[in-house]
Amino acid sequence: MHTAIPLVTHHSETLFDAEEMVLSMGPQHPSTHGVLRVILKLDGERVVDLDCDIGYLHRGAEKIFENRLYPMIAPYFDRLDYIAAVSNGLLYVETVEKAMGIEVPPRAQYLRVILTELNRLSSHLLWLATHALDIGGFTVFLYAFREREEILKIFENFFGARLTCHAFRIGGMTYDAYPEFEAQVRAFCDLFPKRLEEYETLLNENRIWLGRTVGIGVISAEDAISLGLTGAPLRGSGVDYDVRKASPYECYADLDFDIPIGENGDTFDRYLVRMEEMRQSRRIILQALDRLPDGPVLGKVPKVIRVPAGEVYHSVEGPKGELGLYLVSDGGTKPYRLRMRPASFINLAALRKMAIGSLVSDVVAVIGSLDIVLGEIDR
Amino acid sequence: MMIQWLWITALHVAPKWLESLVEQLFAALPVWLTSNLTPTDATDFIVWPLLQIGVMLLIVLTVVAYLTLAERKVSAWIQVRVGPNRTGPLGLLQPAADGIKLLIKEDVIPFKADKVVFTLAPIISMVCAFIVLAVLPYGPHYASITNINIGLLFILSVSSVGVLGIILGGWASNSKYPLLGALRSSAQMVSYEAAIGLTIVSALIFTRTFSMQGIVEAQRSLGVWFILFLFPSFIVFLVSAVAETNRAPFDLAEAESELVGGFHTEYSGFRFSIFFIAEYTNMVVVSAIAATLYLGGWYVPGMDWVAAQLPAAYREAALTLMGVTAFSIKCGAILYLFIWMRWTFPRYRYDQLMELGWKWLMPAALANIVLTATIFILGKELGLVRSVKGVLEMAWQGKVFFTVAGFLSLFPILALLNAINRNSRSFNLRAQRTTIPLSTRKVKLSPGVKPA
Repeated sequence: MHTAIPLVTHHSETLFDAEEMVLSMGPQHPSTHGVLRVILKLDGERVVDLDCDIGYLHRGAEKIFENRLYPMIAPYFDRLDYIAAVSNGLLYVETVEKAMGIEVPPRAQYLRVILTELNRLSSHLLWLATHALDIGGFTVFLYAFREREEILKIFENFFGARLTCHAFRIGGMTYDAYPEFEAQVRAFCDLFPKRLEEYETLLNENRIWLGRTVGIGVISAEDAISLGLTGAPLRGSGVDYDVRKASPYECYADLDFDIPIGENGDTFDRYLVRMEEMRQSRRIILQALDRLPDGPVLGKVPKVIRVPAGEVYHSVEGPKGELGLYLVSDGGTKPYRLRMRPASFINLAALRKMAIGSLVSDVVAVIGSLDIVLGEIDR
Repeated sequence: MMIQWLWITALHVAPKWLESLVEQLFAALPVWLTSNLTPTDATDFIVWPLLQIGVMLLIVLTVVAYLTLAERKVSAWIQVRVGPNRTGPLGLLQPAADGIKLLIKEDVIPFKADKVVFTLAPIISMVCAFIVLAVLPYGPHYASITNINIGLLFILSVSSVGVLGIILGGWASNSKYPLLGALRSSAQMVSYEAAIGLTIVSALIFTRTFSMQGIVEAQRSLGVWFILFLFPSFIVFLVSAVAETNRAPFDLAEAESELVGGFHTEYSGFRFSIFFIAEYTNMVVVSAIAATLYLGGWYVPGMDWVAAQLPAAYREAALTLMGVTAFSIKCGAILYLFIWMRWTFPRYRYDQLMELGWKWLMPAALANIVLTATIFILGKELGLVRSVKGVLEMAWQGKVFFTVAGFLSLFPILALLNAINRNSRSFNLRAQRTTIPLSTRKVKLSPGVKPA
């Protein structure tokens, strides 16, 4: 991202008179999770240097925001991180609510939390699936997709969409939950721990899996902080930071849950952290369902949304890390500037530090463990 | 029952009928054409082998085609899916549909590829895979094409040439992913061929012959399968065999999530399918070797007794039929194991694969040779086994002794492997891997920190 690698080979100072090979991995590659292009400089199979080339999915989203009315912007957010559309939507509506000082009714808050956590589960399941697939565990991929399908069915019933879910509105929710919502979510929560154990049977004590993840892509806590990592890559290194705890939004302050912390900052710890996060998400969902209050789902919102002039920064804990949104308003009906802090983009910056010196196979594993999504990186 | 008897009769009658047919043909041909051949020679060495080869190719191609379907079906069952079920009943026409699709696809040769080598590579792969079929003992008598006295060596040498197809294909594509795939493949083959060769040596101590039929006969005369005597060797062979056939968890040469398609990235259409056929044929071959060496080939204890109950005229044909069936079942079981492994394990990394080859399988195979030889000589000194004209003879005490000793030899081998792997450095010398123990780790649960 910062240092460009010249696309010519030169002799390296090794024992043998070896030439380095520059390999362009992507943008069409099975395991760069979309259209990421990683330029690798290889000495045999060892990565001497690497650089990420991004922007293949750039849609100019932030510029588009400047030309849309506030309510019209929300759907664009579902298309940034298309894996975690609900979290992104939540980020946007909360930022505008924060800027305007709108109170969200409690029922809407709880519903939002349930849906966001369900979305975190589906995003983590997709991560697990693709991460396992990158390392060669094809069966885990399909097992995880089986559970993700259950969540997507609930989403389809709720939002009318499976991927670009959109029901959050500035001030609350567009509509209330459908009648069987609670029963379906509970059924899923009952089923889920067994399925999690199933994946862990396949992976946790598997020698090959351990060999491929333990000690791979290590990043220290200091490096993780200085690179600005968030989410599982940060917590895997042992830093206790989660936006849901550090600056609680919605009703997270009322809910009881733990933050999993790793120790070694390697791929295996990031894997463990995400697996435990799924358990905690389930815990949050069950608590929120128990406490789900009655009442309206939409607060008092003016007909025309005008954000008072000024600047607001708000962040939520997305499945990939801290999602931030910086809103500059000139008091009009359109934002003056809307800048996003995409978690994947900043986490991807750690790839260079993590992967140099490892093998090609490890690059793939590390990209998988960073859990990036190119829609969010390129915007 | 009716059909089986029909089969037995057919198998019994066919050779005789063929012989008379050739005799009639010879009578019709001019003398100068047939002067150096007797009708019996012509039947034995020309007509009958050609017929066998044709039948065998047909059968094996069908088996290979349906092996791809089996692979997809079994993987589907493992992964709670349905698998192909639209083409024909139960998806049975799927292989045909795949074949036709690949045949009518555009055949792309990359602009900068070495065209001659690019064309040659899949042919080398397939030819080497198919030649080996000639010496496999599918059953007694007519059921195997030929029985050469260096059968096992022949298989090993031909299958190492088969690797050349992969290396050349990767090289000739003039593309980076195939090149990496080819490099991985060559390194992998060198290490695993060696392990296979060494583990076979310990089996040879009991077989006393390289001939594939001879190996089966050795087990038949003793009335046991060599897996009992050679359990460690069987395990080493099985692991090396999976690596040898380039299948998961050792499918590094074509690791689709790392190297896109590995050595066959640039191949399309029927050239690709030739590589594919070669891969699956190699699977069949390797499982056939495993079945022959360790599981008695076509021999099942008691089959001679069953044959002896039949009228003398049908005895041979019945033995053939039983043998072929037993052999197919054994191969099928090993093939199922291969498929099962592929869909269960993640993929090894390149250096881990080398480590497994050189620091686990190779020492295990070497130690096993020494141990098996020691056990054999011990057994000989104790008078438990005698060698009569190259054929071993032993009573039940001998069998029990060798079985127990075979399984017990696992322990010294494991102790050796433990010592080697604890004291040696990692192959990945500049690895990020530190001394993190491969134990089960757990995450800490924190109630969360609020900044002041």
